[in-house]
Amino acid sequence: MSEEDKTENSNATSRKDALKTMFMGAGYLALGGMVWGGYVNDVKAEEFVLRPPGAIKESEFVKACIKCGLCVEACPYDTLKLSTPKDNKVTGTPYFEARETPCYMCTDIPCVPVCPTEALNQKSLFALADDNTKKMDVNKSKMGLAVVNKESCIAFWGVQCDACYRACPLLDEAITIEYDKNERTGKHAFLKPVVNAEICTGCGICEHACVTEIPAIKVLPLSIATGKVGEHYIKGWDKNDEKRLEGIVVDTETDDDNSGAIDYLNDSDDLFND
Amino acid sequence: MIKNNKYLILRRFVQLTTLFLFFAGANFGLGILKGNLSTANVFGKFHLSDPYAVLQMAFTGYFPTIEIIIGAVIVLVFYSLLGGRIFCSWVCPLNIITDFASYLRKKFKIKTLLKSGIVSRKIRYYVLVLGLILSFITGVAAFELVNPISILFRGVIFGTTFSFTAVFIIFLFDLLIIEHGWCGHVCPVGAVYSATGKFRLLKIYHTSENCTLCMKCKHVCPEVQVLGIIGKKTGKINSSECTDCARCIDVCDDDALKFKLK
Repeated sequence: MSEEDKTENSNATSRKDALKTMFMGAGYLALGGMVWGGYVNDVKAEEFVLRPPGAIKESEFVKACIKCGLCVEACPYDTLKLSTPKDNKVTGTPYFEARETPCYMCTDIPCVPVCPTEALNQKSLFALADDNTKKMDVNKSKMGLAVVNKESCIAFWGVQCDACYRACPLLDEAITIEYDKNERTGKHAFLKPVVNAEICTGCGICEHACVTEIPAIKVLPLSIATGKVGEHYIKGWDKNDEKRLEGIVVDTETDDDNSGAIDYLNDSDDLFND
Repeated sequence: MIKNNKYLILRRFVQLTTLFLFFAGANFGLGILKGNLSTANVFGKFHLSDPYAVLQMAFTGYFPTIEIIIGAVIVLVFYSLLGGRIFCSWVCPLNIITDFASYLRKKFKIKTLLKSGIVSRKIRYYVLVLGLILSFITGVAAFELVNPISILFRGVIFGTTFSFTAVFIIFLFDLLIIEHGWCGHVCPVGAVYSATGKFRLLKIYHTSENCTLCMKCKHVCPEVQVLGIIGKKTGKINSSECTDCARCIDVCDDDALKFKLK
């Protein structure tokens, strides 16, 4: 074997080796990526989590939160906690458990301005104040939505209880009482709590106040508590909604010939042949 | 005793002071440092951020705020210019845990499952890149989900005891599976500072003429591959995988190692 052949040979091997190393490296990355990524996806999938006021949409929030805990430090009621790996939420992000300690709706909202990444967004809470300046209004927050389970709510049994109604910081707005006749006794009234989704902030004070063993009123994250109608429903009685129909071009013509089907239905000759 | 542990004591002092300042910020209302190593609010004036955490955030598709971008740049420039991985040995609280594992392993002559040298020290660069790729794919800062440094930090500051399991895993991993396994092989945070610490000012300087080849430095060094010149050549330890922990200076009885500012 000449010198030249040798170098060519070793070149070929080194090329092979390089390829091998490359594929092995890709393999390692894939292996680690699937295990690690699997865990990340699993944790991220957890939707049941109540965030501080002003939190942006959950899928954006988990991107934006840098897990510094400044909001937790700012919270005067120790409502906010940072999740640990066992909580099965995105590790290190702030959340609260309403039954344990709800959000007490500080008017100055100390947890929001300290956020360095705008995961808690001041702008989402802005409202026009009396002096015509834009200020944060805690009542604009949407941390979740209170939902009543009427089977376990004693007010629906006819027992007088307005614990949640009285506890609500937006008294007679977020929760109202609906009167109803109690047919069972014939002389009493049901005083049923009803949550108004547009006003409820999801602070969880009602859940905290509920007298039943397991709360009959619970704050759920909006993504779980709310539904969605779908674009194709249009309220015919709502002038604004009707406008969505304007300018829509209906184009349902088809190339298929349907005369055969029509003939078949109109042609009754075969029926009487027997 | 003190002479041979001078830098060790100094390092522990810096590490614990940092931890204490954050602890006091969260629990006693002290305003020097609030938050944690992911992002800290300094004197209520400006922020310092972990560059790798901010980079992951960018990869998830969320544009970081100017505040934390500036914070991350300050941190990155500071460490890279001063000492690269100086963060690892002088600030990171996990270093205390892994050093403790290393101490126990040497004291009781524990043989790890995988011998040192078998496992590549390049893993950390793979982990670094993989963390970014996964952040991009999953839409969550992937390493921050499992980052034992911040888990430990939050555990201490907010008293969440469960956090210590994550730290205990690292401790046992270092003690029983791979020597200097976490800090020396896997951790991508250290890898970031390795990658950017090429031109750091503070380096260990070796005077070969004084060296008696006792090899104590190699025995204690957590990144032993950086000590190639010991006993062979006078000069600086140039590898940016050196953490400037100065354990080698501490143990050297022959005045053959010292810090040198460029």
